[in-house]
Amino acid sequence: MSTPTGAGRLDLPGTPVFDGDTSRRGFRMNKLFMSLRDAAARERFLADEAAYCREFGLTAEQEKAVLARDWQAMIDLGGSIFYVYKLAMMDGRSMQYLGGVFTGMGEDDFLAAMRAGGRRDG
Amino acid sequence: MAEVIWGLATSHVPSIGAAMDRGKTDDPAWKALFDGYAPARAWLAEHRPDVAVLVYNDHANGIDLDFVPTFGLGTAERYEVADEGFGRRPVPDVLGHPEFSFHLVESLVDEGFDLTVFQELAVDHGFTVPMSVWTPDPGDAWPCPVIPLLVNVIQYPQPTAARCYALGQALGRAIRSFPGDLTVGVLGTGGMSHQLAGTRAGFINPDFDAMWMEAVEKDPARLAALSREELIRQAGSEGIELIMWLVMRGAMDEQVTRVHSDYFVPASNTAAGIALFDNRTPTG
Repeated sequence: MSTPTGAGRLDLPGTPVFDGDTSRRGFRMNKLFMSLRDAAARERFLADEAAYCREFGLTAEQEKAVLARDWQAMIDLGGSIFYVYKLAMMDGRSMQYLGGVFTGMGEDDFLAAMRAGGRRDG
Repeated sequence: MAEVIWGLATSHVPSIGAAMDRGKTDDPAWKALFDGYAPARAWLAEHRPDVAVLVYNDHANGIDLDFVPTFGLGTAERYEVADEGFGRRPVPDVLGHPEFSFHLVESLVDEGFDLTVFQELAVDHGFTVPMSVWTPDPGDAWPCPVIPLLVNVIQYPQPTAARCYALGQALGRAIRSFPGDLTVGVLGTGGMSHQLAGTRAGFINPDFDAMWMEAVEKDPARLAALSREELIRQAGSEGIELIMWLVMRGAMDEQVTRVHSDYFVPASNTAAGIALFDNRTPTG
């Protein structure tokens, strides 16, 4: 599993840092996610996701990640978690579901770990 | 002159607002959190200020990545509640106080804090959840006008903890220099420890949170000395939001009286904290 650290200003294991370089790479994709606040935009996105991605100027890799709902890849390709979450919400996915994906634990185990007081380092 | 009468620090996790909006505050997963708010809410209901300043960050609702102001202040007469993609929260819009806002902007700019000015701003859960923590049943209107003070905590480099604390101190001076007699509440929001993405998602650090809760009252300068990297390491990539508590704390006196505090895990993926401080000189 990759450990994205953006421009490498901070290198903390398992901790994506949304820095300027990451934000620049993810700019168009994050704009797409932001647009999904609007019901008409969600409808248009769902009608033809690939066309919608092209309209926002996503890279081929980003488009593939969005279409496949590859949440880790979206983060790796410059997505901010707060923006990526707009797409997850549209799909009816919770932040606990995403936590299950990012950790590889699955939603149920992730939720159980949070209810047990959260996860620790090491 | 205007006077800061209290400071309230609280997490602003969206699911706290959702639990209230959906009537789930007595559910086993939530009851302890809301029980922990009760003493603070009762005290706040007895101490309504004339105006409040609420320090928060937006989450891709009121602003996007086209502009990333490090600090911003609202000067509007009214702030609409944002639709974040699932319909707006059933809470009132926020009335502002432009005259007080412009006084704060002028005073802060004169002190070297060059804030971005928002004449129009939709406020998201980062703002409305703390309002609901303060006032669970606002009816048609919140208890007083509220001014949003925005801090970039999403995109690196966030302002340093030291700069946030210094901004708070300048905010305190700005408030006290207002010519009218106003009582003011200040809210610092976000945190406590949490991380949403990466293999370290779900990270919670109760020891750090306990240290923070103690020091924010008695030794905020110690917290202001923490580096960005140390904050992300100790509190998680989103736990760095705690720097916004330091803006609130800086606006208060050196000595404050703790009215109430509580700590709860988990509110979604987050450690949720509340701390209420009385800033009035103790009598007797």
